[in-house]
Amino acid sequence: MNLRRDVFQAIADPTRRAILLLVASGSMTAGAIAENFETARPTVSKHLHILAECQLLGQEQKGREMYYHINAKKMKDVADFIEPFRAMWDERFNALETIMKDYKSTV
Amino acid sequence: MERKTNINAENGKQELVITREFDLPVELLFKAYEEPGIVEQWMGTKVLKLESKKHGSYEFQTSDAQGNVVFQANGVIHEFSRNRKITRTFEMENTPYGVQLEVYEFEKLSDDTSKLTIHVIYESVVQRDQVLKLPFARGINMAHDRIQEIADKLKP
Repeated sequence: MNLRRDVFQAIADPTRRAILLLVASGSMTAGAIAENFETARPTVSKHLHILAECQLLGQEQKGREMYYHINAKKMKDVADFIEPFRAMWDERFNALETIMKDYKSTV
Repeated sequence: MERKTNINAENGKQELVITREFDLPVELLFKAYEEPGIVEQWMGTKVLKLESKKHGSYEFQTSDAQGNVVFQANGVIHEFSRNRKITRTFEMENTPYGVQLEVYEFEKLSDDTSKLTIHVIYESVVQRDQVLKLPFARGINMAHDRIQEIADKLKP
């Protein structure tokens, strides 16, 4: 559960969300990612470190360069996070609809 | 099946918005929130008290088969405008989730369809995220209960 919260803290930051969007189009080096931001390179490195730490980004060494790519499975976990809550309400509202349709027909 | 209920919970915010369209006239949708006997049916909880009026209050309670109270919630109604809007607080007792402010807006779409928008504001981002995770925990508990049930049946 702790790891999960870290994931949500990670994507709560707008720069980190922008990095995820950027890397979603293909794997990139830290330098290439940093070029897209006005923030200082060490700041971008820090963001990359956090994203890698909570497994939203994967890292791969190619020659002397480190490439970052999106971890699709982890991203899916984030998207699924809200699903049980949504399903619970959907079920309740379906019950409400059924009950009120019956109510209507008995009035 | 088509997803009729939508949840919009932006990261890092202490609020969320639930929207749902119903194949019901707005008057019937509203009644489902107004009448204690109907709330009991679709919420699956006992309604100890529901004063559907401005400055009224309400109390819900759910017990398990053994009669132990497993859920108890209460709140006060701040605004009650029939077929239009309810503003109320909601608090789950004996939990660390705090008090949430809920704004319900009821909208007529056509004579037979309506839309409900619920804006929920929590005390903090952390509390909102904890509440969002609750059904997860419940699902796991239910799975455990089920395993226990099956295990009990296997006992000689």
